[in-house]
Amino acid sequence: MTLFLSYLINGISLGSVYAIIALGYTMVYGIAKMLNFAHGDVIMVGAYIAFCATQYAGLPAFVAVLLAMLVCTLLGVTIEGLAYKPLRQAPGLAVLITAIGMSYLLQNSALLIWGATPKSFPSVVSLPPVSLFDGRVKVTGETIMTILANIVIMIALTQFTGRTKMGKAMRAVSEDKGAAELMGINVNATISVTFAIGSALAAVAGVLLCSAYPNLMPTTGSMPGIKAFTAAVFGGIGSIPGAMVGGILLGVIEILGKAYISTELGDAIVFAVLIIVLLFKPSGLFGKNVREKV
Amino acid sequence: MSESFKRTPTKMVPAPSHGIVPERDVGERPVLETRNLGISFGGLQAVDDFNLIIGKTEIAGLIGPNGAGKTTVFNLLTKVYQPTMGTILINGHDTAGMNTAQASKMGIARTFQNIRLFDKMSVEDNVRIGLHNQIQYGMASGILRLPSYWAGERRQHERAMDLLSIFDMEDLAGVRAGSLPYGAQRRLEIVRALATNPSLLLLDEPAAGMNPHETEELMANIVKIRDRFKIAVLLIEHDMKLVMGICEGICVLNFGKVIAKGTPEDIQNNPVVIEAYLGKRKEA
Amino acid sequence: MKRNRKLAEKLITFGIVIAAFLLCKILIGTGVMSRSLRGQLIPICVYICMAVSLNLTVGISGELSLGHAGFMSVGAFSGIVAAMWLSKGVGVESQLHCLLFAILVGGALAGAAGVVIGIPVLRLRGDYLAIVTLAFGEIIRNVMNCIYVSLDGSTLRFGFINPGLPGKILLNGPMGATGVKKMASFEIGFVLVLFTLFVVLNLIDSRDGRAIMAIRDSRIAAESVGLNVTKYKMMAFVTSAVLAGMAGALYGLNFSTVAPAMFKFDTSILVLVFVVLGGIGNIRGSVISATLLTMLPELLRAFSDYRMLVYAIVLILVMIFTNNPKLKNAVGRLLPRRGASGKEAE
Repeated sequence: MTLFLSYLINGISLGSVYAIIALGYTMVYGIAKMLNFAHGDVIMVGAYIAFCATQYAGLPAFVAVLLAMLVCTLLGVTIEGLAYKPLRQAPGLAVLITAIGMSYLLQNSALLIWGATPKSFPSVVSLPPVSLFDGRVKVTGETIMTILANIVIMIALTQFTGRTKMGKAMRAVSEDKGAAELMGINVNATISVTFAIGSALAAVAGVLLCSAYPNLMPTTGSMPGIKAFTAAVFGGIGSIPGAMVGGILLGVIEILGKAYISTELGDAIVFAVLIIVLLFKPSGLFGKNVREKV
Repeated sequence: MSESFKRTPTKMVPAPSHGIVPERDVGERPVLETRNLGISFGGLQAVDDFNLIIGKTEIAGLIGPNGAGKTTVFNLLTKVYQPTMGTILINGHDTAGMNTAQASKMGIARTFQNIRLFDKMSVEDNVRIGLHNQIQYGMASGILRLPSYWAGERRQHERAMDLLSIFDMEDLAGVRAGSLPYGAQRRLEIVRALATNPSLLLLDEPAAGMNPHETEELMANIVKIRDRFKIAVLLIEHDMKLVMGICEGICVLNFGKVIAKGTPEDIQNNPVVIEAYLGKRKEA
Repeated sequence: MKRNRKLAEKLITFGIVIAAFLLCKILIGTGVMSRSLRGQLIPICVYICMAVSLNLTVGISGELSLGHAGFMSVGAFSGIVAAMWLSKGVGVESQLHCLLFAILVGGALAGAAGVVIGIPVLRLRGDYLAIVTLAFGEIIRNVMNCIYVSLDGSTLRFGFINPGLPGKILLNGPMGATGVKKMASFEIGFVLVLFTLFVVLNLIDSRDGRAIMAIRDSRIAAESVGLNVTKYKMMAFVTSAVLAGMAGALYGLNFSTVAPAMFKFDTSILVLVFVVLGGIGNIRGSVISATLLTMLPELLRAFSDYRMLVYAIVLILVMIFTNNPKLKNAVGRLLPRRGASGKEAE
């Protein structure tokens, strides 16, 4: 039982990282209707920035995270402006391929700058571990931090999209780009802000991910990126609560699947669950079913 | 209106079950019969208690204000939507549980309000798609170019050209369907629908966007098609000149319900219909 | 007249392939071709088949598939097992026979996988369909990591997740197949390319191919004229899987070591890039772009460390320049455009 509990907590922790990454995917998809494949690699860049800031510049962890967020925000907005904006009217596949190109570009740039050897990422979390049930279940500081960060981000984003003017503009653009533009909303600015938020979150996710799994390489972001993307689809792409729930569920399924069914088949179980969910709810758990007008 | 297709008023007589059919179609099985047909989307009753009979060679009209549910009726008949109540009989066969493709095989063909051609394919290929279930050969003969492939292709070509000749479109056979002018796209949709060898042709606003001259031609052609293929036509149209000019029976829909049925003469003088279109006259 | 133009288009495609093959033979015969380029010839044939078959799904059927490497993987490993069994277990001497048998088995098993995957996948639409093909690609890779096959005398023994199998190990889980006899030859690769082109081009220009393209252009209109949408989507998907499996078998028998990690998501994406850059729905474009892009990293060897970076930048620039209306007008038609019609589809 206690073993199950610790697996569950680990799952929620990993799932929280997926959820934070999935938010970036889901917000960008909701607004720009594109799958931003480079998002996973922004995570990796964020982690490298935080790594350099703490290891080479000796900055405190808190400052390092802020720096990583700043750099990733700039990176995200730049990627959007240079590569995706010229393709606003282009077919979806062209944008997808461009995003894939961007992903290659980021990975290979990282390879040139930081090399292929994995770097051991120092944890940026200084919280002490907590023991539950007379020490039978240990919860690391990283886990607590990840779950807390997830909750804070969730609340902040819900408030942002629900209450602020920019948040409402985002929802309007995701509903109908043309109509939003006619209402005087600056669509390009709204999309840029979305990329900025998503990329800043990616930096946070990168730091949290590498604090828990301290193996930093140029390809560190791709698999969590794909899984988080899956989580976003699982929850219903375009939906913020969907990304949260999808991310956490996916993390829990992955850890429990690896623990109780088969370590080797962990990823296969995750993807199989996704497929089953989509068969019964073709637009994800929280997605809207759109009927085609005839 | 030119004299060539001036309608001689058809005598409409009561059908055996309900509704009216042209006198010449009495004794033939009606091509379409609906009983209490209805559908609701969530709480909205889009079509309610829709009853209609169409004779074997009748040209019928379905009219009504915007949003009355006319296209929804077409979507029900072609099984794009599954009705939430009622029955549809095509040539006497119940279509319950069928999908759109099966309804097509039952003999129902349609055009769309917002044209849906296979844009990237040629005009001839669009018609050949319509012939898909009429002239067949297997996948293996297609890939291996067996004799049945060549025979099937030649028959499809000849039949497609023959159908295109209805609207004098043979010269356009090799043109990309998406690049045709608007009127020609509407005509091609009709040809494609005819290629499926239907017994009932549904036309959703066939004259939309056409100039008066084109509309006149279209009217003549609809009558010509009916006479040549011996089929029934049900059309949705806002152009009253067309509706009153060629339709033998007319059904008026408002808020999902039938408010009047009858011959063009009946409909033109029906106060309920006038009210639905123009609003209630203020009592002085 | 239209028929003649279609035929001419097709003959040009075959002509290019045959001329390229003859040119390669001459270059090899005269010793002009470098060793590294000679090593690329079979992979080029494989990737042409992969790109052409994926184009059938993406361009002709209009469904974005992100898991094409999964079928290649199934073909490669089943092909290796089949070839090893036939040569070592049964004792067939002829390498050619073993290779052809492997290609058939690879195609058949990948086709079976295509049926199993296609049933759920084709119920979905758009981006959801794409993500599920990605998921299946990952599942196949993951399951391949767990499959163990050994040859005990002349019987094949199968195991799942680390069993101790008797006899000579053919597939060893994540280690994949080691000590594979390289049976693949450039000539068979060339024949496979011709076969793939023959199947795909003839399918497109037939009743079934037109039905597949009609469903792509307007699903509702296609249903309204009586087309069975599921049937034709399956036809395209499974045909594509079979062809990818055959290419996979050839690929597997071209290396002495083949691991499941060779067929990951990146490989699917690589093939998709060939298809997109060659022009979606444009089969000849796929052939040309697969050839050039497979050689490109080799040709960029002078840049060594920077070559993948250059590849990425080239990819992004090509996409922007071919898809941005303003830039496209400025540059003119550099590459075949998206949206090839039925008659351009050769």
